[in-house]
Amino acid sequence: MINSQNIVARSATTLPAPHARDNVVEVAKLIDVSKCIGCKACQVACMEWNDLRDDVGECHGVYDNPMDLTAESWTVMRFNEVETDFVGGDDVSREKELSWLIRKDGCMHCAEPGCLEACPAPGAIVQYANGIVDFDSNNCIGCGYCITGCPFNIPRISEKDSKSYKCTLCSDRVNVGLEPACVKACPTNCIEFGSKKDMLARADKRVNDLKERGYEHAGIYDPAGVGGTHVMYVLHHSDEPGLYSGLAKDPRISPVVGAWKGITKPIMSAILGITAFAGFFHYITKGPKEEPTDEEVFGEGDDHHRVSREEEHRS
Amino acid sequence: MNFRKQKTMLRYGPGTRANHWAMAGAFILLALSGLAFFHPPFFFFTDMLGGPVWSRILHPFIGVVLFVLFVIIAVRQLKYNLLMKNDVQWMRQMGDVLNNRDEKLPPIGKYNPGQKMVYWALILCIPVLLITGVIMWRPWFAGFFPIPLIRVASLVHALAAFIAIATIIVHVYAAIWVKGSIKAMTRGRVTHAWAKHHHPLWYEEEMKDPSQRAGDENASERDTTSHHGDRHDSRTSG
Repeated sequence: MINSQNIVARSATTLPAPHARDNVVEVAKLIDVSKCIGCKACQVACMEWNDLRDDVGECHGVYDNPMDLTAESWTVMRFNEVETDFVGGDDVSREKELSWLIRKDGCMHCAEPGCLEACPAPGAIVQYANGIVDFDSNNCIGCGYCITGCPFNIPRISEKDSKSYKCTLCSDRVNVGLEPACVKACPTNCIEFGSKKDMLARADKRVNDLKERGYEHAGIYDPAGVGGTHVMYVLHHSDEPGLYSGLAKDPRISPVVGAWKGITKPIMSAILGITAFAGFFHYITKGPKEEPTDEEVFGEGDDHHRVSREEEHRS
Repeated sequence: MNFRKQKTMLRYGPGTRANHWAMAGAFILLALSGLAFFHPPFFFFTDMLGGPVWSRILHPFIGVVLFVLFVIIAVRQLKYNLLMKNDVQWMRQMGDVLNNRDEKLPPIGKYNPGQKMVYWALILCIPVLLITGVIMWRPWFAGFFPIPLIRVASLVHALAAFIAIATIIVHVYAAIWVKGSIKAMTRGRVTHAWAKHHHPLWYEEEMKDPSQRAGDENASERDTTSHHGDRHDSRTSG
């Protein structure tokens, strides 16, 4: 992990992170799904740059390969062929058409990351001022809470070392002024990289183009539920993100995770502390129940406290 | 064994005592490592089990051990923890209990209603902790469950652990508060006076047994080998 960038959020840390370098520009990767040809150059570039060599799988009869993200496949192209309203051309007899919706899946680098919220290990997940959410595997304990917290189902626990992995947005490259490896490799400029502001402007222009071509629901995917993301999509059917292999329509950190990692922590901790202190002060103010003597329980005249003469005799 | 030359009687046999303290050790390790995963200020508790990763690895296994031990003790003590006639009245007089006005309390059996509440709270919490814990258990089991279920399990696990820890704090304090109780679980025996004072109905019942009545550990051992060994054996197991 490259640590020289300003860390603005750190997992399992209750005090604020240093904020001396707040002028760092927020970055973003823009994935224009309408320009993707499904070549998987991004997957290969990701493997190459990050020195990942996932196991060679088998063909499942679909284009997706591998079928899912893994600890060693930080990005995958998800292919979905759907029937959509016919767009473009003068053939008014056609109402529907088939189209391939190919989405490069991977970490969205949320402004409000569910993984970081859920992570119990201090410093295992950090967020830089430029918006990148990064895992520091040295601090990772392998509990999988990041998977529980993530609204996009991205992190994966490695079967080799039981640590969690995901896309780093090539934080090491970005730190020295390079674009992420997938951006570098993309042959159609479907993936672009720059400041978030620039990427939003570019996405806007692209959405307008698509709308002119007849994709009336074209739009930017930068979901507000997680505070916006530092990986954004241009979608031709942004009204139905689910078409893109189940992209979440309104992702947010689950309220269950919010309850688990939010208000319950201080409240439960306080109640446990108060319970222990209540015991202590009860002892101090009321005193113990002293062990009763035989005289108190059986009366003065009773010789209960002595092993009776008869029994003594027997022994 | 006579405490201060008082007659004593058996309350917990060696098996129950060993089980109890094994559970106590497991519970402390589980509570501390669990709190470490729950809230960052407690993260240093991971040192108890040899570091953060070891804590993550060991916590669930210790949990399974605790569950098995708990099932054994819970089954054996079940009949003593059913609600009895005087229990409601005893609870109504909680003010007398807390202010140590024991003479005003109605007679109760082997366990008072406060102890029974500890029993039933743990009966509720520990199976819930096991089930939700398995759902969260990485890398072995969590992958078989949908993520929304893991989220609910994580929250419920935290809530059940919270109730269990609070219950155990009360349980430990009660043992410190009521003098003479700890010996029941360390040496196995309590004085007749203690039993008659705190658990009169249990005391009366036990006095039907000559070895308990004799009030002497050696006497009871001698009795075990002579007149009614089987009966005494079944008693020590409780």
